[in-house]
Parts: sequence; C-alpha cells; structure tokens
Amino acid sequence: MFINATRGLIAATVLGVSAVAAQAQDFTPENPECIAPANPGGGWDFTCRQVGKELQDLGLIDKTMQVVNVAGGGGGVAFAEVVNKRADDNDLIVAASSATATRLAQGAYPGNTTDQVRWVASIGADYGVIAVSADSEIETLPQLLDMIKADPRSVSVAGGSAVGGWDHLKVLIAASAYGVEDVRKVKYVAFDGGGEAVTQLLAGSVQAFTGDASEAKGFVDSGDIKVIAVLAPERLEGDFADFPTAKEQGVDAIGANWRGFYAPAGMSDAAYDAWAAKIGELYASDEWQEIMANNGLAPLDLQGAEFEQFVTDSVSEIQNISREIGIIK
Amino acid sequence: MDVLANLGDGFAVAFTLQNLGLALLGCFLGTIMGALPGLGPSNGVAILIPLAFTLGLGPTPSLILLTSVYYGAMYGGRISSILLGIPGDEPAMMTVLDGHPMAKKGMAGEALSLSGIASFVGAFIATWGLILLAPQLVKIALLFGPAEYFALFALAFATLGGVSSTNQAKSAFAAMLGLGLAMIGVDTQTGVPRFTFGEVHLYDGLDFLVAIVGLFALSEVFIFLEHRHGGSDANSGQLKLGRLTPPLSMIKQCTPTMLRTSILGFIAGVLPGAGASLGSFISYSMEKRLVDKEGTFGKGDPRGVAAPEAGNNAAAGGALVPMLALGVPGSGTTAVLLAVLLSLNITPGPLLFAQNPDVVWGLIAALFIANFMLLALNIPMVGIFTRVLMVPPRILMPIVAMVSFVGIYGISGSSFDLLVMIGFGVMGWALRKLDVPLVPIILGTLLGNTMENNLRRAITIDNGDWFTLVDSPLALTLWAIAIIGFVMPLIVGRLVRSKMHERGDEEGSITD
Repeated sequence: MFINATRGLIAATVLGVSAVAAQAQDFTPENPECIAPANPGGGWDFTCRQVGKELQDLGLIDKTMQVVNVAGGGGGVAFAEVVNKRADDNDLIVAASSATATRLAQGAYPGNTTDQVRWVASIGADYGVIAVSADSEIETLPQLLDMIKADPRSVSVAGGSAVGGWDHLKVLIAASAYGVEDVRKVKYVAFDGGGEAVTQLLAGSVQAFTGDASEAKGFVDSGDIKVIAVLAPERLEGDFADFPTAKEQGVDAIGANWRGFYAPAGMSDAAYDAWAAKIGELYASDEWQEIMANNGLAPLDLQGAEFEQFVTDSVSEIQNISREIGIIK
Repeated sequence: MDVLANLGDGFAVAFTLQNLGLALLGCFLGTIMGALPGLGPSNGVAILIPLAFTLGLGPTPSLILLTSVYYGAMYGGRISSILLGIPGDEPAMMTVLDGHPMAKKGMAGEALSLSGIASFVGAFIATWGLILLAPQLVKIALLFGPAEYFALFALAFATLGGVSSTNQAKSAFAAMLGLGLAMIGVDTQTGVPRFTFGEVHLYDGLDFLVAIVGLFALSEVFIFLEHRHGGSDANSGQLKLGRLTPPLSMIKQCTPTMLRTSILGFIAGVLPGAGASLGSFISYSMEKRLVDKEGTFGKGDPRGVAAPEAGNNAAAGGALVPMLALGVPGSGTTAVLLAVLLSLNITPGPLLFAQNPDVVWGLIAALFIANFMLLALNIPMVGIFTRVLMVPPRILMPIVAMVSFVGIYGISGSSFDLLVMIGFGVMGWALRKLDVPLVPIILGTLLGNTMENNLRRAITIDNGDWFTLVDSPLALTLWAIAIIGFVMPLIVGRLVRSKMHERGDEEGSITD
C-alpha cells in the first residue's frame, strides 16, 4: 500500500513537472541522429554521445542515437550540410557550443547565419576562468589587469582556442570591462587546446591562462595553478567555490562556454518541441546532474524559444567585441 | 618495492578471462586496422568506442580493449608498409623506406618478423619507462617551451636530407612542398583563413590521412595502370617470401639499433604534440647518421626496418605519459583515449595516479599483456600476411583503390576529401616520375603546422625578439645537433661518395 502510494506520488510529480512537455511527446524520432561537427574525442563528440546514451537510458528515445562525425571548418562543414542538405530532417540534432556562436558571429562559416537553423536546448555551461601558476605573485584579477594596463607586453596570456576564438574573447571581455583602452594590445598566445596551454603556464613560458573551468579542474585539485577569477554571475559550486568571481572583484565580466544543440530549420514544430522537451527532461534528471558535476559543467537550463533568444543575444555580443578588436569589420 | 606491488595489483585486475579476451580481441582488430591503409590507430580506437560502451564495460576493461587496439594498430601499420610500400598509418611511413626494398629483395618474411620483434622491444621498453618514470617525465615536458619545440622540429627537418638518399635537393624540395601544403587552412595565431578560396572544407587544413592514402596508395594504382601493358605482372611474380623468421645474426646486428631508438622514440612520445610520427622519423634519421657507414639505408637494410618500428612503438607508450599525468594528449590517438577516460568519469591529470590507482595499474598491466599477445600473434601470422604478395597486381590494385576510397569516405563522410585524395594521387604519380621522394612531403604536411605555431608563439611571447629561439641551454643543444646533423653529411658525404660511386645508382628511386 505504502509503496504503491509513494510510487503514485512520484509518478504524479513527474507528470506534473513534464505537463508542458507532455503535449509534445507525440513525436518520437524514428532514427535519432546526432551530428558531432568534429572528430571523435572533442567536446562536441562528447555532447552527442553522452546525451544520446542518457536519452536512451532514460527511455526518452526508443532507438540508439546514431552519432555521426562531420568534421571540418570548425563546425562549418556540418552547419552547411544541415542547412543545404538536411533542412527538413525531423530526426536530427547537431551538437553546438559557444564556439559555434563565435564562428557564426565572425562570419567564419561562409554564407551561413544564426537564423538558418533552429536552436533546440542547452545542456549546461562551462564558465571561463583566468588562472596563474601557483607560485605567481599575482593574486587578484585587478592586479593582472593593472599589469596589462601598464605594459601589455609584459604579460602573455595562453589559451586553447585560436586568436578571435572564445578563450581569447574572454580575456578581452574582462580587460575591456576593467577599462583597458586598446584591448588589441593584450598579448594572447594560441595553443592547441586548454591542456597544452596549462602545461605552458606550468613551464613558465606564459604568465596567465584563460580557459574553461573544466579544463583547469585537474590542475586546481593538484595545487599547480591558482584561479584568480571565475567569469560567472555568482560563485560556482564544489571545488570552485573558493574562487572569487570577476564581478566581486569589480570587473563586470561573464564568459560562459555553453553546450547545446541546434536542429534543421525545416524541422516540424511538433518535432522541435519534442526534442526541446526531451532534452529538458534529460537536463532535469539526477543522472544528468551527476554527469554535469563530474565534468565541471555549471547550470544553464534553456529550451526552445528561450534558448533561441540566448544564442541570438550572445552572437550579437560577440559581434560587438570582435568588431572592437578588429577581427571583423 | 611500491612499484612492483602496484604492478602486481594491476595484473590481478587484468588477469580475468574477460579482460584477457578483450585484450586478444583488441590486439587482433587493431592489427587489421593498422594494416589497412587509411585506418590508423586513432580511427581504430574511435571506431571501437561505441563497442566498449554498448558492451557496458567498466573503466578498466574498456581501457584494456582500447589500448590493445592502440598497440595493435601500431604493430599493424608496418605490414602494408613492407609488403605494398603503402604505409598503413602515419607512424609507419618510415618503415616503407627499408621495409619495402627488403620485400622486393625477397626478404618479406624476415622484414615482417624482424619489425614485429622491434615493435615488441620498443613497446616493452616504453611500458617500463611509463612505470618507472611517469611522474618524473612530466618534468621533461615542462622543459619544452615554444622555442624548444621549434628547435626540435628544426632538428627533425635538418636531419631529413639523409632520409631520402637519392638526391638531397629533391628531398628538400619535397619537404618544402609539404610545409607549403601545411599552410592551407585557418591560421590559429590570427584566425585568418589561408589558401582556402572560401571553401569551408579547407578551413581545417588538409587531412594528412587523405594525403598519405592519395600519395602512396593511389599513385601506386596509377603507376600500375600506366604499366599495364608492360611487364609489371611478371615483375611482382618474382617477389619471394623468404624465410619467416629472421636469422639470429640479423637480430644481433639490430639489437643496439632497437635499444637506442626505443629510448629516442619514447622521449619523442613523451613530448605533447610530437607523437609517434616524429618518434619514428627521428629514430630513423638519427640511426642512419649513426650506423649507415656503407650507405645501405634505404636499400633494404634490416636496421632501417628495426629503427622506425622500435621508435614508433616506444613513442606510442611514451605518449601515454603526458596523457595520464598531465591530461595533455601526446598524439591523436591519446586524444581519443583521453576523451574515453573523461566519459568514464576519470579525470587524467596530476592526481590520477593517487586517485585511481586501479585504473592506471590495470592499464599498464594490460599494456604488457597486449604486447606479449601481439608478439605471439604476429610471428605465426607473418605467413598469412605475406600471402598478400602472392596476389597478382591486377587483383591487388583494384582492392587497394577500393580500400582507399571506402576507408577515406568512411572516416570523413565527405566526397570533397575523395577529390583531394585523387589530387594527391595524381601528384604522387607525377612526383614519382620525377624521382622526388614522397615521405618528406607527408612529414612537411604533418609537422609543418605545429612547427610554425611554435615559432610564432615563441616570437609573440618575447615581443618579436628572434633571439628567444636560442635563449635556453636546451634550445641551444637542439640547434647544435641540428646544425651538425645538417652539415656533417655534406663534409663526410664527399668522402663516402667516392666509395658509393662504385656501387652505382642501380637502386634508382625505390626510396620513396
């Protein structure tokens, strides 16, 4: 009796939570497919595979999600393929992140724009950090930015993305929020991935590191690097709770590397709503919260129209900074 | 000793029926994947990830399966290098230089089994290096800043002249061509696309797998087509297998080579970004400088087979060091393995050895087991592999063409890559006619980007001061070796050339 009642209660709660979603659940993708716009092993590949596995484990899709790697052009090849060849595919979602938005904003996907696809949902965000090596004299973000202000040549900042990429923009957002006048003078050195950049920080080749919280996690745990600012609206949970945000140090800068999905523009509304609801439900599950915690992902819970708005806003923000530093005209 | 006790625990983890079965399966699949031109270790591992996940394997069994595939592919790459003159993957490129001539001389069996032994030695030494030195080795990686990396790559290219023995100028030309091809794509230091002509497929640059398969495999097919009416069938009919095991004297002759190159390859593997290709490349050219007194390298010298194979397998083990200890992959394959670790909720990094000892030591034990299995698998299987040589070219060549197209399309799913591959095939055919060696082209394409990026990083960090390149003792040492390696052959070569002259040029262009 008691057990049955509890079960009923749980079922009711679940139903209640997903009441909005329930209408959209009529649609179930027949052959769910996720395009990872990069080679196996990267963040986009991870996004597709983890989400595909969890959606199936939670029973939100019947069949195994097929993951297809369409590498090339920093995601541009996949974007062009979705726009040109798969425009009305209801079974398809594509992994995306801030990098996608950055490239769209800077026109790095020739001829493609944000509104050529439908933005489905986010699955979390990786907030930016600025770090120095553990034995550095620099203790706070303003201290670092003062040094840059006084002599931009004295500080090299290393990051894992190309010039104009997201890691670079994060430093510039912080520098410009602090009142560094010509952000173009900030010396940024591009490495192949955050891991290599941290290694060079430890080797002493560069003075500061800009990257995502998840990239820095292992080195923070081991005490090799010191995070001087987290570019989040408020302090992160867990291991990063000790580190101050840029905001509390008087630098109003936020940099979130979000992860999420887009879908073809011609996807039917029913399918679009269903995908958004399914990923929303996945996001709310305990399993996903655990995956987020393990991978250093912070909350960012947006679906459907809200997410669409979020992406559009962040694209125009990136466009403004890029124009300021002369990456685009 | 702590280490031995830990290793014992590792073996306890690895010695279950399931894990041994997985290791065997991984070794077998890996060898096949390595042998197929185009399918290298990184793709092999990537393809099997879903298998590991769908089987619902835990972290240690998954890792055992995937690292067995990794080691297996490193072994397998040599097979098509030796038998067909088409490298099975990038690191096996240098094995073509002496392995294929050996097969042509009727010593295919010896070449295969000798390279199997060399692979074993390299991997075995590297695994011990991983056990004993992993924590300390991280410090080596930290000695290398951008300037030192640039010096290291300059060293690799300075000693390149010796790799292709026919004509220094032609091999320099080939290297330049490769470096030029590496420029294609978005420049990471400025974000500006170069030589892409607005074609989004070119933004990431040329995929060197496509380049290798085009240059080596397709051009082979073109050459065959051209000679179809000639006597090429008759020619290859003469290929003899030779004995299946190398004579003891050959092993003895190669032992110092194997030991030296294992250590060299291991160090190259430890450096993030250098990887197995650089390992086999440096091993071969250094060994040639050191022991090639009679000018037999490039003409089927067993030491020329042992050197790159020991080197690249040692580098494969070495590349695991920065991945496990720093979370920084030393090669493409370890990048894929890193992703697997992450999705199994294991964060590689400075604390991995303390936090997940069962995973680390299980993995290391698995490496030992895989290595012995591969040796045991490879020696008796030599006979099967060499049967490939018996297949007449009119059947073999269409198969090579088919595998090339299917392989490349299977990996990238892009017809654009197929066109690029055909372009490389035509280029390879033309260059072979002109006697230009192909290996330096691939090396240029493969290493050019990293070399350029490190140069520019070094210069940016020091505000445009070029003297930063010779600013540390390590960089100076590397430059010194590079200069000696470049100049020595010019001086010594003159002396040797008079002797060489008697031998004549009967070998022609087989060095490619």
